[in-house]
Amino acid sequence: MNQRPALDLSGLPTFGHGPRSPTWWGTLGFMALEGMGFALAAGAYLYLVTLWPNWRLSAPQPNHWPGTIVTLLLIASLVPNHILNTYAKRCAMRPVRIGMVVMSLLGLAPLVVRWFEFPALNIYWDTNAYGSMIWVLLGLHTTHLITDVGDTIVLTVLMFTHHGYSGRRFGDVGDNVFYWDFVVLTWIPIYLLIYWLPRLG
Amino acid sequence: MSSADLTSERDLPPEREASTKGDIAPERDGPRDTGMDDVSLHRWLARTWRTPPGIIGALSSVDHKVIARRYLITAFLFLCLGGLNAVAMRIQLSGPQRGLIGPDLYNQLFTMHGVTMMFLFAVPIVQATGIYLVPLMVGTRNIAFPRLNAFGYWVYLSGGLFAWVSFALAMAPDVGWFAYVPLSGPEFGPGKRADVWAQMITYTEVSSLAVAVATIVTVLKQRAPGMSLDKIPLYVWALLVTSFVVVFAMPAVMITSTFLILDRLVGTHIFNPAEGGDVLLFQHLFWFFGHPEVYIIFLPATGMVSAIIPAFARRPAFGHLGLVLSLIAVGFLSFGLWVHHMFATGLPKLGASFFTASSMLIAIPNGVQIFCWLATLWDGRPVIRTPLLFVFGFFFTFVIGGLTGVMLASVPLDLQVHDTYFVVAHFHYVLIGGSVFPLLGAAYLWFPKITGRMMSERLGRWHFWLAMIGFNAAFFPMHIVGLWGMPRRVYTYPAELGWGNINLFISAGAVLFFLSFVLFAFNLVHGALRGTPAGDNPWDAGTLEWATSSPPPSYNFARIPVVTNVEPLWAERGALPVASGLRVDARELIISTVAEAHPDIREKSATPSIWPLLAAIAVGATFLYSIFTPWAIVWGAAPIAVTLVGWFWPKGDPEDEE
Ligand code: HEM
Ligand SMILES: [Cu+2]
Repeated sequence: MNQRPALDLSGLPTFGHGPRSPTWWGTLGFMALEGMGFALAAGAYLYLVTLWPNWRLSAPQPNHWPGTIVTLLLIASLVPNHILNTYAKRCAMRPVRIGMVVMSLLGLAPLVVRWFEFPALNIYWDTNAYGSMIWVLLGLHTTHLITDVGDTIVLTVLMFTHHGYSGRRFGDVGDNVFYWDFVVLTWIPIYLLIYWLPRLG
Repeated sequence: MSSADLTSERDLPPEREASTKGDIAPERDGPRDTGMDDVSLHRWLARTWRTPPGIIGALSSVDHKVIARRYLITAFLFLCLGGLNAVAMRIQLSGPQRGLIGPDLYNQLFTMHGVTMMFLFAVPIVQATGIYLVPLMVGTRNIAFPRLNAFGYWVYLSGGLFAWVSFALAMAPDVGWFAYVPLSGPEFGPGKRADVWAQMITYTEVSSLAVAVATIVTVLKQRAPGMSLDKIPLYVWALLVTSFVVVFAMPAVMITSTFLILDRLVGTHIFNPAEGGDVLLFQHLFWFFGHPEVYIIFLPATGMVSAIIPAFARRPAFGHLGLVLSLIAVGFLSFGLWVHHMFATGLPKLGASFFTASSMLIAIPNGVQIFCWLATLWDGRPVIRTPLLFVFGFFFTFVIGGLTGVMLASVPLDLQVHDTYFVVAHFHYVLIGGSVFPLLGAAYLWFPKITGRMMSERLGRWHFWLAMIGFNAAFFPMHIVGLWGMPRRVYTYPAELGWGNINLFISAGAVLFFLSFVLFAFNLVHGALRGTPAGDNPWDAGTLEWATSSPPPSYNFARIPVVTNVEPLWAERGALPVASGLRVDARELIISTVAEAHPDIREKSATPSIWPLLAAIAVGATFLYSIFTPWAIVWGAAPIAVTLVGWFWPKGDPEDEE
């Protein structure tokens, strides 16, 4: 087919932050499907709650303290997370490096506390369906947390190499910030379902 | 819109970083295509975009066309295997009390037939068609996240092999394609068979989800300059909506299969009513996915119909906006209907009526689509070729399937014919009529693009009539035996019931239908080897995939087209407007804005890599091992992590840097 030049794109930039970049949209897509998975697991839990009038099935209450500490840690981590984002947008290497190290540590900290959350549930997964469901919910979020922290650590290392000096990498840092918000956000309803819903009944 | 509008200051995004600001290495610029003559341009692009030679090179390919071809061939082979399952079942049922196949093998046969058709054929093949066509139709050079796409294929392949190797070892699932508990649970499903079901689901859904995300981002962000939302081809819209349905529906079946495997493997009680669980929960979760699944298969097929009809009616689709809105409406409504698969479970009356009503509601957007198609044909000058014949076959068959569907949506009738051959007839009319026939039409339409050669028109017509006759002979009488009371999933029946003759007839029809696929396969192979050369645009169609050569070069378009119309090639018959200014020594493509498709970024597309294959092997081995011990997840984590780091770690290509 014959062609005629109609548009010159030579001046376009080679990267963009946030919704301008395809990776941001890909991240959003994965959030949507993971979020859907969480919502369905939560829905399954609520379905069983409404089905059995004596829910908790005479199991002891969970100890909420480790979970509450995780919650506070996660919420606190949002502040440095967003500071990191502003530096990533400006492509400023030093503060971004510091921010990535901080965020790696703030990702590991809740994981350590998470270790103590499982025994604090005061029930095993194979005791009854209530135990199964809260282990499943906590397990899902833990997997989520581990993968994102792993990802953050790899990106941190990358930012300390010469590969870091590229617009794309700063874009990746921005997407990492975005994803961490999601990890924190999904925890809140799960926290309420695991620790506070059983206290209602 | 004139192409000058596309670059006016007004359209530029407000916050626009100069690439020199901040701590980033300056772009190592390379040669651009501006003003370059065609011969050197092709030479540069061919070198930059090629799939490396050799076996490792082939396994590293990230070219969407190469991956799609593999997907298409693999899915077609699974169709043949699933078809052989069906033929085996039909031979056993062709007469009363035949002893060819015992109950245990029969259970495996219908389960393998169902899962193969649904998870290894129908969904992958529509997604694969999209992987091939969507990037071409939106005028870009590769799919978004090409490595993720390659990974998706490898995971799909390993899932299919896993299921079929299990079958060869007499270890195939035997609990039906939806594997209801308690039959599939730890108490009644000993051995590994139900675990095979659960994990093959996990494999195939991981791959579908990966492809769906890649498709969504390709459509939203990689459209050619000027292809605003109202100029997106209908087929691409159909794939976009489908991909959204996948993203929101598939997690449900992954949750279902994960819960099942947890119950079986580590002793949770999610589906165990004795310990506070519930068996109906399984059905709710499964059909939350299972009903949209039908639309995941059906929506792309409607997109194919919307591509075939304008091409052969010789005019743009009538009611473009109406067609787009119905696609979106069907996408939404598909989530409101799952409970109609569970009428026999004794739901509260009001709930059941609600679901009956919403099941019927979906007829409205489907009706709008059919009306627009007929109007297009009515107002056009239809040229009857094989693709259009299959569209007519689709109309005919799908209407019958829709009618029996409306019948089944009424609770009293459903209770009568529940689990009989009436239902088997209904869903084959819907699935084969609604999806396989459009797919066959699409194969004739796009085969010349993929191979550069035409399929035989004469054989095509034979194929069509053989398929129509065979299909109806096999499936229409199933309505009747169903009403007579013949249950599905039985391996034989006593002679006194008098079902022998009609079943023999059904089996003969099934063999005929199978033979139509043999003819089709012959036509494919014959066309690929001997067909007449097709040229760029053998049908004189209007969408962008026909603007490039057949088969397209690795880089799809030497220069990215600029779009001014829904049928760009019909609007710009003289010369296609194109963009310039891209680098030719690195894999550059254009990222554009979501709504208006203003060019925004010169993005680098990923280079070939072996890591997606290695990652898929690590993931696949973990899934496989996990049916034996939960510790597989722990042991598998390390290799998965290593392969993922290998995948994402920059190797110093220009594509990795900016
Ligand atoms: C050669 C063409 C085909 C023939 C002759 C055929 C025949 C059959 C028969 C006889 C059954 C019922 C088995 C029983 O209940 O005992 C069945 C079940 C089924 N078929 Fe097909 N079929 C064909 C193609 C397809 C296609 C293309 C699809 C999907 C796209 C499909 C999906 C299914 C499903 C989901 C089931 C239910 C399996 C179960 O009960 O778990 N079939 N088929
Ligand atoms: Cu349905």
